Amino acid sequence: MPVQDNEKRHMTPSLTLFDKLWQEHCIQSDASGEDLLLIDRILLHERTGAVALEALREKGREVKTPAHVFCTMDHIVSNRPGRTRNEARTPGGDVFISSTRESAARSGVTLIDIDDARQGIVHVMAPELGIVQPGVSIVCPDSHTCSLGAFGALAWGIGSSAAEHALATQTLKQKKPANMRVTLKGALQPGVYAKDIVLALIAQVGAGAAANHAVEFTGEGVRQMSMEGRMTLCNMAVEFAAFTALIAPDEKTFEYLAGREFAPTGAQFDEALSWWRDLASDEEAAFDKDIILDTDALAPQISWGVSPEQSGGIDQTLPLMTDLPAEKEKAVENALAYMGLQPGQRLLGEAVDGAFIGSCTNGRIEDLRAAASILKGTQISPDVKAICVPGSQAVKRQAEEEGIAEIFKQAGFEWGEPGCGYCFYAGGDTFAPGARVVSSTNRNFEGRQGPGVRTHLCSPATVAASAIAGVIADPREAGGVRPV
Amino acid sequence: MKPFTTHRGIAAPLVRDNIDTDQIIPSREMKTVGKTGLSEGLFAGWRYLTPDARDLNPDFILNKPAFENASILIAGANFGCGSSREHAVWALAEYGIRAVIAESFGSIFRANAIRNGVLPVTLPRASIKRLATDIQDSAQPPQIEIDLNKCVLLMNGESEAVIMSFQLADAEREMLLNGYDPVDLTQKHSAKIEDFIRDHRIKRPWIYKDKI
Ligand code: SF4
Repeated sequence: MPVQDNEKRHMTPSLTLFDKLWQEHCIQSDASGEDLLLIDRILLHERTGAVALEALREKGREVKTPAHVFCTMDHIVSNRPGRTRNEARTPGGDVFISSTRESAARSGVTLIDIDDARQGIVHVMAPELGIVQPGVSIVCPDSHTCSLGAFGALAWGIGSSAAEHALATQTLKQKKPANMRVTLKGALQPGVYAKDIVLALIAQVGAGAAANHAVEFTGEGVRQMSMEGRMTLCNMAVEFAAFTALIAPDEKTFEYLAGREFAPTGAQFDEALSWWRDLASDEEAAFDKDIILDTDALAPQISWGVSPEQSGGIDQTLPLMTDLPAEKEKAVENALAYMGLQPGQRLLGEAVDGAFIGSCTNGRIEDLRAAASILKGTQISPDVKAICVPGSQAVKRQAEEEGIAEIFKQAGFEWGEPGCGYCFYAGGDTFAPGARVVSSTNRNFEGRQGPGVRTHLCSPATVAASAIAGVIADPREAGGVRPV
Repeated sequence: MKPFTTHRGIAAPLVRDNIDTDQIIPSREMKTVGKTGLSEGLFAGWRYLTPDARDLNPDFILNKPAFENASILIAGANFGCGSSREHAVWALAEYGIRAVIAESFGSIFRANAIRNGVLPVTLPRASIKRLATDIQDSAQPPQIEIDLNKCVLLMNGESEAVIMSFQLADAEREMLLNGYDPVDLTQKHSAKIEDFIRDHRIKRPWIYKDKI
């Protein structure tokens, strides 16, 4: 290797993408190792955003840069077709809607209201509007903000008090997490999706594996993936405790963003582009943890317990108690009891009561297309209550234009108005206690979708195949699986 | 913010891994656009027998007479993972929990705790097991004393006293000890922040060009 190169490298040490984005935003560091970071964009929703705006006002503070703050309605809004402006999905939820509307108007932030043509789940809407861009720092009082790292942004979820801090000062104090790299090797078999990859990963490394790490997804598998797939991947980083996830932007990213409402235009787009193209980890950058996942032989995955780490291949049998390390035994026993399952049993063929497609994990157009390719021309089992809630108005419109909405409805799915829908339960309509639900969401915690509801996380394709069969079913055996 | 200097109280062992914020406070219990009135919903799924009524589940640790006044929780790994809802910390604080001892924490939960005067104490698995076993083996649960000035924890168990030290970043310790408001602290640096923004605006102008 030429000496010059070495010298050069010596002068500018190799950095990861995460290091670079951190450096870009670091205003100062204090003695205890906490950095003060500039925050370029703040996202809010009616569930946690109103609390932050309200608390700010009570302390007599103002939003420092309202033009950089965007608020939507997604968590509590009703999903009933024809919903009215204040209609909530949960009893008493209309207070959140109206108080968000008031505090947004008072503080001058951009509100994307329930009846706005751009409304959607915050993590679905922000990319669609070009609010998230490579290289920006962006926070939201919502743990799945890591989804937005798919654009090469420094995006992470915070609490309401931290949101107050960001709103008041345009900064956040944060200790810098370590770097983890997950490299995806190999291709994907038909019927296997980004969701399956990330479930397999979490099952392998454990729900606490990336604590205090930023995870960069890289490798051939990521490059081949659409922006939608990349968002699914990054979405679930928080489910293995990551501070956030990120993916180096590439032509797919730039193409996706061009022409979006809040993306740069004209000469500024080109200027931005020349910087965006440099946003990648240096070849020799060191990662504190390195994981390689081979996806060549990966089967569709499904969760069987009450933590996303309790997942496995759909054709496998559940763990036998005798196989388990002693410290996992109790957790698995509790999980199986809650889920109404037996050690050693197969999941395939287990009767299903409910099916849900939607959420910030899998509520985008590509997800709906994958499910529709299986649902086309068929009927779901009469024993299954099935619902699809598109992630945003844009997704819904596109699905209606492509005839996908019709396929869902004819198959027997309810077709809802955009929002978080059945991803989480806060009172109101949901599945019955004890119901077994195949769900394209990200959390299978006890009671997440309703008291006693048994959630099985899987891809939209697996949800569709299972809804048709009335039992947990392998999408590879259903007709119409798209070739990869 | 309520400062945390020293605290003495009963610790309730709830030693499970991955206790997520949906368990700490289920979504259905977050009924107001505010930070109060949440303690009733704390661990609602475990604490009450049915979701709709408030009949106490006698098997749940905080419902046992010896732990009724617990002000410290002892948990396993990854406590507070999941949803970012700060309501989890507000519910704990309102209930009277001043510190949570765990093997590790969900990162958002941990930051929320510090901002609300609830001390997150990280200890190795073996130490947590030791504390929990000692407590469970005692006829009357011993009190735990936590001194944030020295970063030590003391438990006068039936057999012998246990002293353990823990670590916390200086800035976090300062904030808890003094009950500082983090916004006030940051605003002391506003000149520096403004300079940084001015440079950033020149370097990345498109980030500042919003169509509103
Ligand atoms: S869809 Fe579910 S996980 Fe995503 S933001 Fe909404 S409630 Fe949270």
